[in-house]
Amino acid sequence: MSETLIKARDLSVGFKIGSGFFGKSILKAVDHVDIDIEKGSFFGLVGESGSGKTTLGRALLKAVPITGGSAHYTDGEVNYDLRTLAGPELKDYRKRAQLIFQDPYAALSPRMTVRDIIAEPLEVMGLTKTREETDARVREIAAKCRLNLEHLRRFPHAFSGGQRQRISIARALVSGPRFIVADESVAALDVSIQADVLNLLKQIQRDLKITFLFISHDLSVVAHTCDHVAVMYLGRLVESAPTRELFKAPRHPYTKALFSAIPSLDPDDRGSAQKLEGEIPSPTNQPPGCKFHTRCPFAIDICKKDEPKLEHPGDGHEVACHRWRELAATLAA
Amino acid sequence: MTALIEVKNLTIQFRTDEGLVTAVDDVSFTIDKGQVMGLVGESGSGKSVTAKALMHLNARNAVYSPESRITLHTENGPVEVLKLKSARDLKIVRGGAISMIFQEPMASFAPAITIGDQMVEQLMLHSDMSKQKAKEISVEMLDRVGISDPARRFSQYAFELSGGMRQRAMIAMALSTKPKLLIADEPTTALDVTIQAQVIDLMKDLVREFHMGIIFITHDLGVIAQTADKVAVKYLGRIVEEGPVREVIRNPKHPYTQGLLAALPKLEDLDAPLTPVAGDIPSPLERPSGCVFHTRCPKIIGDVCKSKLPHHTQVDPTHRVACHLHTEVPA
Repeated sequence: MSETLIKARDLSVGFKIGSGFFGKSILKAVDHVDIDIEKGSFFGLVGESGSGKTTLGRALLKAVPITGGSAHYTDGEVNYDLRTLAGPELKDYRKRAQLIFQDPYAALSPRMTVRDIIAEPLEVMGLTKTREETDARVREIAAKCRLNLEHLRRFPHAFSGGQRQRISIARALVSGPRFIVADESVAALDVSIQADVLNLLKQIQRDLKITFLFISHDLSVVAHTCDHVAVMYLGRLVESAPTRELFKAPRHPYTKALFSAIPSLDPDDRGSAQKLEGEIPSPTNQPPGCKFHTRCPFAIDICKKDEPKLEHPGDGHEVACHRWRELAATLAA
Repeated sequence: MTALIEVKNLTIQFRTDEGLVTAVDDVSFTIDKGQVMGLVGESGSGKSVTAKALMHLNARNAVYSPESRITLHTENGPVEVLKLKSARDLKIVRGGAISMIFQEPMASFAPAITIGDQMVEQLMLHSDMSKQKAKEISVEMLDRVGISDPARRFSQYAFELSGGMRQRAMIAMALSTKPKLLIADEPTTALDVTIQAQVIDLMKDLVREFHMGIIFITHDLGVIAQTADKVAVKYLGRIVEEGPVREVIRNPKHPYTQGLLAALPKLEDLDAPLTPVAGDIPSPLERPSGCVFHTRCPKIIGDVCKSKLPHHTQVDPTHRVACHLHTEVPA
């Protein structure tokens, strides 16, 4: 029953930066990533800033060029090779794959009414023929996102952060997409509103059978919403597993460190967590071997020389670490 | 404990084209020496405006009510912050006795002046030390906050430092004048979790070492639980609950505090549904009558909440709450 909507193999995205004496240097933002996103799932992607999670999301939307490997989109009606996609097929893909941005204050034009903001994709893509048809579609989507008719006549400045994010979601939904990349969609929201938007996204996933790639740096949010989580570090996928499995028994020391860094709500539980030293290295100057060895408390000699491959032990819990088997007990504790 | 700063009946309004907007409404609190107070609330709750008032930094269109009083206790006796007028007098609070760390470390450093020059400049403004001495102290402070190779960093620009490093430099700069009170306005919000954990540890060490008071402004209750001694919860400019951090987090009395805690995703229980606080924050131009929270409150009692402003009730000697559910004095 589980079909794969997005399948990427060895996917790489590189950006040319500057030009040195020996020609241009390449910044590898996404580096040989394998990823399978199941149809209808809520797939989480976590990592620190600079880990390449946003670039991966954009590559899957074909918003940045894919420079290596392959990525395929299959939804039962069409089958697209994202690397070579162009022309009318790319236009069609734009209807099927949409993006929700992080900052609802910057993503909405202040000079358009909410109705026009939501209707714009329909008009640009030519999805509706008449104004009546457009209005009907806008009203239908607005209702799904809990916006009323009164809201549609107003301008974005009259809305709070949570309401604006609901407008952004409506705009992303209006073309009837099958796949949505939500890039830090709740990061700019207050805690009391965040839960509301998360619940709305989950409801949309269930009601409209939309597949989500949910990019976030907040592990507790990801834990509550996603079915499957992938962890990225410096452009590499270091771990990927069903959410419960990942949170119960993380296999990569980096994942474990991310958990430990979440500030505990218990005032008596101060400073017991294992803290990670240092910062994520610059992507232009990546360490050899395992990218994480410069900060890893368990690094040994092999980690400095050989880069670990993403292993598929067969239980759906993939990990890229030389020592994951021997560390399993330590990290699960 | 001795009081470091006392805030009494602080009310701040802003004159705007659309009329007077209330940002802070009758706020009172005291911070002792060496105490860390967390100030929690959503955007628009007036956290930053309160903090800025302590340094008299609010914009010119800010109107302070006549009852508003901020008293800073210094070695030379108490200073009424709101009565200070000239830039010269204000130096006592701005960067002298009080320092501030901002949310965006990139925006807080001048981009075209080296980190070191900015640190030296403020040290020389606030004391009569020589440039050489100021440089020594700056490098020493950079070292103290865990910046490797501080002498080299001293002559670098803000863009050459990573996010975590910049925030450390910011902290070093704020602490170099040896303030009595440090205001940290969302100091970890822009940082990654692993870096946030480092900065929190650093700040805890510094409190112990310098024994200063800290106001920690954040919307993250987890960060508060990890750093603060006491916490004040704000909603639409009012303090709705205040008490020791353990009390407020384990035994919240105000429906808003309870709502905030329930809205947090918890790692211990992945099956627990996420319960948002219903509704949206009202626009500051449409301030609700009575209890400001009544438009979103799940435990509203009736007309009393809509018409009457609840006063603070002590639920125990250190824990107070402003809610009609708690106004009846137990027999």
